Amino acid sequence: MNTETPFEKIKIGWFVFSCSEDNTIMFTELMNDHWQEWKRIFDFRHVKVLKKNNIYDAFDIAFVEGAIASPEHEEKLKDIRGRSTKLVAVGACAVTGMPASQRNTFTPEQKEAIQFLVDRFGALPEVKKVSDVVAVDASVPGCPMNTDMFLKAVNALVAELRPELVADPAH
Amino acid sequence: MHKVDIDLEHITKIEGDASIRITMEDGKATKVNFSTEEYKRFFTEALKGKSIMAVPSHLSRICGTCSNAHIMAAIEACEMALDIQPSKQTEMLRALTMHGLVVRDHALHLYLFCLPDVYGKDAFLDFDENDPHQHQLLHDAFDIKSAGNYLATVIAGRSVHAMYPTIGGFIHFPTQEEVAEAIHKLEHAREPALRLVTEFMNAPFHFDRKTDYMALLPDEGYGYINGKIRTSKGDVYDEKVYRELVEHVVLPYSQASAYQYKGDPYMVGALARMNIAKDKLHPKTKESCAEALALFPSTDIFHNNLAQAIEVVHSIDEAIELLTNNTIVKEEVIKKPYREATGIGVVEAPRGALYHKVHIDAEGKVVDGEVIVPTGQNQINIEEDAGRLVEELWAKGVQDVESITFELEKLIRAYDPCMSCAAHFLKLDLEVK
Repeated sequence: MNTETPFEKIKIGWFVFSCSEDNTIMFTELMNDHWQEWKRIFDFRHVKVLKKNNIYDAFDIAFVEGAIASPEHEEKLKDIRGRSTKLVAVGACAVTGMPASQRNTFTPEQKEAIQFLVDRFGALPEVKKVSDVVAVDASVPGCPMNTDMFLKAVNALVAELRPELVADPAH
Repeated sequence: MHKVDIDLEHITKIEGDASIRITMEDGKATKVNFSTEEYKRFFTEALKGKSIMAVPSHLSRICGTCSNAHIMAAIEACEMALDIQPSKQTEMLRALTMHGLVVRDHALHLYLFCLPDVYGKDAFLDFDENDPHQHQLLHDAFDIKSAGNYLATVIAGRSVHAMYPTIGGFIHFPTQEEVAEAIHKLEHAREPALRLVTEFMNAPFHFDRKTDYMALLPDEGYGYINGKIRTSKGDVYDEKVYRELVEHVVLPYSQASAYQYKGDPYMVGALARMNIAKDKLHPKTKESCAEALALFPSTDIFHNNLAQAIEVVHSIDEAIELLTNNTIVKEEVIKKPYREATGIGVVEAPRGALYHKVHIDAEGKVVDGEVIVPTGQNQINIEEDAGRLVEELWAKGVQDVESITFELEKLIRAYDPCMSCAAHFLKLDLEVK
């Protein structure tokens, strides 16, 4: 990537809903090899695991990890969608709902056993995947996410949003 | 009446989210609720009816960063239920898996979460590459994390949700080239790890409050998988009786549980391990970290971070020795017929003692299970420290929300809580009457 020319950094948001945060960890592990490049081209605007003073305004790319378990989650996700040019679902819980949505397939006896907790904390009757709530521009499946697919998706979005940063768009 | 409300949503640079509500009356913290509000994913309920073979990978999904510790605890519980004794090589590969986890996880916490506070930075990536010292720290962080990640990957398949460890052994083994590369990376990370120890030995934050400590530690050496449950009171217990020690406390304000020992709160994690067993560290670690080790035993919660840094050095030294002195060969997985039984697995996750229990029927199906995570055990201790901290700040005239919030965040980060295991969402409400 050509990073010598002055440019506006790509605004990144990373948002977590109901999950194990394994993709957040893989993201921080990918930084072992990519932190210098990412620091140069990305404005990590709202990435709670990385910084304290997060800015919640507009994002070029919003990465969403986890399944949607409550009405508050639904509203938050819709709001993120509304302020993001691209939205990427990362990891199995975001892409498929599972395993965070495993209670959806519980037996009647299991559902009865947990219902008081579902009710007490105002959870949704059924846990949803991200695309059940908002439009998704790209998905990176896996538990944890497949890191090669994540890098491929990131590079494709960089090429689309800031083609001037990519020396050879084919790679 | 002077009333102040502080709402801090989403404490940053910890694993997951939590909330804390503090009520101050006449300078006293009369209510401190550190609550975990993640929407439950019901992993133990979902265990019921699953094959025992699926238990480790299933329970691994409770938490990303602690996942390999959950796998180790679950395998131990399942092997106890099936009466499987793992081979010496399997025990060594599991120890290496945990060393990889400790190096990667502690480095993430210390560099990316804690060090920005020490240097007055918002984020670790804000460190100045033109400043020689900060430049060094940036490169050290990713070198150490990379070494831990690589060790876990070649031994266990992945540093998160490992695929190779299973009930009865491992299903894949590293090549000699991979072992040599792991040794090279670990040796390369040792000097940076020693610099990390120095960073936290000299860090300016301190908060002392006497409490009790508990950890699973072996009779010989300083490991994370085998041994007995030991306390700072000098008590020693077999792990099979853990449920008699760990007393459940219901938190009506939280989706998580808390625990006590003999009616008192206690702490688990690196500080507990270091306070109880610093003399059992690897000899090279003791030699290289002598000045820092002289600070233990300690009741300063910020020395939990120093203990984590020392454990990074120890895990590097242990892993290099294990990889250098052993040849890893292909072994068959040990299998035993199913039977009705209960198994218990206890390991030291990076954040402290992690308990798994599984009860299976004669067909190998799970009847019931239980998981107790470290952050639940630290819950009451965190609350007591938070209350005391705010009272001390209040007495010194520090009563503005921003300052109190910053000090509380530092304190909570020092515990290295894992809210993915126990919670999501941090919101601070400070009510003053």
